[in-house]
Amino acid sequence: MYRIDFNKLRFLICDDNPHMRRILRTLLHSFGAREVYEAEDGATALEMYSHYVPDIVITDWAMPIFDGLELAQMIRQPESKGNPYAPIIMLTGHSEKRRVTVARDAGVTEFLAKPISAKGLYQRILNVVANPRPFIKTKTYFGPDRRRNTNNAYIGPERRVGGEMEVLQQPSLLDKARSGI
Amino acid sequence: MAKEKPATLQVKSFADHHVITQPNPLRKVLLRVPESDLDDPVGRAEKALAELSGEFKNWMTIEADRLSAAHAAVLRDGFTTDNREELFRAAHDIKGDAATFGFPSAGAAAESLCRIIEHAPDLDQVPVDLITHHINAIQAIARERTKLDTAVMASKLSKQLRGVTDEFLLKVNRDRPEHLEAILAPSIVPAE
Repeated sequence: MYRIDFNKLRFLICDDNPHMRRILRTLLHSFGAREVYEAEDGATALEMYSHYVPDIVITDWAMPIFDGLELAQMIRQPESKGNPYAPIIMLTGHSEKRRVTVARDAGVTEFLAKPISAKGLYQRILNVVANPRPFIKTKTYFGPDRRRNTNNAYIGPERRVGGEMEVLQQPSLLDKARSGI
Repeated sequence: MAKEKPATLQVKSFADHHVITQPNPLRKVLLRVPESDLDDPVGRAEKALAELSGEFKNWMTIEADRLSAAHAAVLRDGFTTDNREELFRAAHDIKGDAATFGFPSAGAAAESLCRIIEHAPDLDQVPVDLITHHINAIQAIARERTKLDTAVMASKLSKQLRGVTDEFLLKVNRDRPEHLEAILAPSIVPAE
């Protein structure tokens, strides 16, 4: 059985609503996290991201100045000096499927629709820690592999081209543990 | 944790994309523990949230008042860009937070208001009463929850508002298929 040592993780949370930031901070501290930094808009979050180099970013979508979607896009700059690979969990009141797709295409790693729950947040964090996905870089996208399931039989217009082995699988630690490797 | 040296990247290039992998930088925080481990971080967090819940009634009132202030600005100055954005953000925050605060019907009414702001072709053409009823309903739910019969009444109220809103939005968007699709799409959040 595995559990996360939150004590060693550094979080950056970004939400313009002080009540939601308080709830998030309470949950993360209860999980065991000690380093939790807070920003109330995307611009401040980007500065803090460069300064504190968090392991995991949790961001709201709708915010003033620039929003969580723009924040994700700015973090996911492959040529940037900062770390473009940090997991980004989008925690938002948006609850439409098309929003999940838009967030995914901006490089968001996990999507969590409000209302927030301790279990939902823990599961998303566990997923980004234990099941990291490879990153894909194309002309128009840089971010975590958007395909969680590979389907070699797919021949539609959005297929990737360039070789038989088109997607590298990175076995998750949980899968390794279960198979006894 | 975050100050450690970045792991080495492996890049495999294909015709139209690159696949980039790196050893999991967060691997060290995943601890193997015996099955008998009794640590329950989720339970601990739920307990902490319950301890925080004494604040929720006050927070809900603050959120509802913020929404009313945004609405007052709209009534005074019209739907300027700033007024529209603030009204949407205030409603959107309630949509996301109210259920956590113990006011799920206020969240449902706020969601209905968000749909109006997102999908009405011209906010100046939305009946003033339709928006005002949403604001009043959210205020009433936030302030009257302690009455025993209000939970059922609040749910009925928010559902009626959503029904009237959807009827209005379907009518005014009949020639806007992308909005119709969004209006009719199911939510990814289970219904109340």
